Amino acid sequence: MENFVFAFLNADIVREAWPILWQGFLYTLALSAITVPLGLAGGVLLALLATSGPRAVRLAAAGWTDLFRAIPPLVLLVFLYAGLPFAGIDTGAWGAVAIGFFLNTGAYYGEVLRAGIESVPRGQMEAARSTGLSRGQALAHVVLPQAVRNVLPDLVSNTLEVVKLTSIASVVALPELLFQARQAQNATYNATPIVAAAVAYFLLLWPLVRVISRLENKALAGR
Amino acid sequence: MGGLDNFLFSFFNLKVMATYLPQIAQGLGLTVLLALLIVVSGLALGLLLALLRSLAIRPLNWLIIFTVDLFRALPPLVIIVLLFFGLPAAGLSISGFAATWLSLTLVLAAFAEEIFWAGITAVPKGQWEAARSTGLGFAQTLGHVVLPQALRITIPPLTNRTIAITKGTALASVVGVSEILGAAQSAMSFSANPSPLTLGAIAYLILFIPVVALGRWIETRFAWKR
Amino acid sequence: MSSSPPAPRPIVDARGLWKRFGSLTVLKGVDLAVAERELVFIIGPSGSGKSTLLRCLNRLEEPSDGSIHIDGIELLNPRTDINAARRRIGMVFQSFNLYPHMTARQNVMLALRRVLGKSRAEAAELAGRALERVGLGERTDHYPAQLSGGQQQRVAIARAIALEPRVMLFDEPTSALDPELVGGVLAVMRELRESGMTMVVVSHEMAFARAAADRVVFMADGQKLEEGPPAQIFGDPQHERTRAFIRQIDRH
Repeated sequence: MENFVFAFLNADIVREAWPILWQGFLYTLALSAITVPLGLAGGVLLALLATSGPRAVRLAAAGWTDLFRAIPPLVLLVFLYAGLPFAGIDTGAWGAVAIGFFLNTGAYYGEVLRAGIESVPRGQMEAARSTGLSRGQALAHVVLPQAVRNVLPDLVSNTLEVVKLTSIASVVALPELLFQARQAQNATYNATPIVAAAVAYFLLLWPLVRVISRLENKALAGR
Repeated sequence: MGGLDNFLFSFFNLKVMATYLPQIAQGLGLTVLLALLIVVSGLALGLLLALLRSLAIRPLNWLIIFTVDLFRALPPLVIIVLLFFGLPAAGLSISGFAATWLSLTLVLAAFAEEIFWAGITAVPKGQWEAARSTGLGFAQTLGHVVLPQALRITIPPLTNRTIAITKGTALASVVGVSEILGAAQSAMSFSANPSPLTLGAIAYLILFIPVVALGRWIETRFAWKR
Repeated sequence: MSSSPPAPRPIVDARGLWKRFGSLTVLKGVDLAVAERELVFIIGPSGSGKSTLLRCLNRLEEPSDGSIHIDGIELLNPRTDINAARRRIGMVFQSFNLYPHMTARQNVMLALRRVLGKSRAEAAELAGRALERVGLGERTDHYPAQLSGGQQQRVAIARAIALEPRVMLFDEPTSALDPELVGGVLAVMRELRESGMTMVVVSHEMAFARAAADRVVFMADGQKLEEGPPAQIFGDPQHERTRAFIRQIDRH
């Protein structure tokens, strides 16, 4: 037991590693603040292409979505970070993360939003167009607000996944929470920093998990 | 060398690909094995937890809910790293393969429990009452009346979640498992050419595109009435 | 309202309209002219193309062939600003199609603000007046889900008339309503008619057609078979199909 506390719940080590863990935590927040909007932008774009536009465009959007849902995000990230430089394209760690998240989480958000747009009855678009609203105006003011509300649980849950996914940026040496925890672990030969990082992730994301759980139960009960 | 030639030499170098094809194929086998183990144990554990929760034993339910929340909130890579680098500190050595299997099993079980439970609670109370009124016991009602209805509505979200989590097998490369990504990365270092990575990406596509398409099909097939 | 002399050409002038969906031909060369302040009723069995004809008149459906002039605007000309044209053509749908995430007032305000460019205050004021006109001055802050079907349809009418259209199209406005709620909607339509609105109505409300229509058009199989004043169409139909249809309706 003493051993266990020493190895996993070592207060001295937490104190020692605190500054770099805190930095990592802030870095994770910043990373999320960038990747979530980026993914959402990609998702809106994909969903619009997949629901409007000519048939060929719709099929291409669906294929694109499936492609990036089939490739594990870490594979995409390694490809961008370690593969592309061989062709003379060096995006750097930040660039690789930005592009990778745009492609991967964009596909997921796109799929969710597509389902949302398709859940809005056609009559809504027709009614809006019949009053003279342009297609874009009708989408922005009438269809998208309803689409987002219809798939809100999925959107929030996807956002949780994106924040969790930022941990793979540690693989390309971006100093986010997991990376810093591993550094601290290597320096101290003690697993406590990783436990501390896990606790930090949990405290950050638990409220979100509760909200999603409530939204999902409500959605399922309403069916 | 022209731009296209350079590109082809880097990413579609057939010679390099041919050399490392066996390693990647081995990696593919490992990925499939890992994924299957995770799916079986994760779904079974998730269903077990949901059934335990339907017994409505207060303290037990709190424990289940907390555990589920915990594994929904933690990034899978953090759990893998914690098990792989942490357990040895407690004198327990664990292989990268086992650490990934255990981590993703717990994550899938957490999500599956939540989905199974939502499915069980979505079955109207009248179904329980009707079955119990005909003399069926708790377990019989659950097994013959409630679960069949619950499972049907859980299939689409469960499929999508399972696909997403089994893709996490690529995380095993971080703890030294030579699954597809791990094999491709070491082949890339040996050959100083990223073509093995292309091969790895293709392997993932061969593996997961049918699964993603299946998920899409199931989603329309079992579409919930909105 | 307008005291100007009648326009030299009908306000709605559709000629030779064809509409094909794949191998299915829904409209087979239909002409329809509607004069200013006229109320034209379109009746016919289901599948006769009457709703499609109506939806062509504001290009929610793209006709395969033919020409449409509304208030002098060439509707099918690709250079026509369809959004500007549509605000002169009000449309009321069978299923109301109110925006569920907006209150009654916001439903009416949206196009006032985004199409006519009114300020928020002015749009709110105009929306209030339109809702008052359909008898819902007390319900402006209710969401569609908090309104009865009849009230929702009246909001939909307010949404259309707030834009001061030159012509109103009604696509089976009472078909989705419980019988006791139909009266309120018809009363609003009657009031509109008395104010001089030009109206094209697709509906099965034969009593309303008899009482309020200037002209009744009977359609079957994508063609206009017969038209005339209600007394003639209902009292002395010329065409065998019309007779059969009227007999069947009367039996209900």
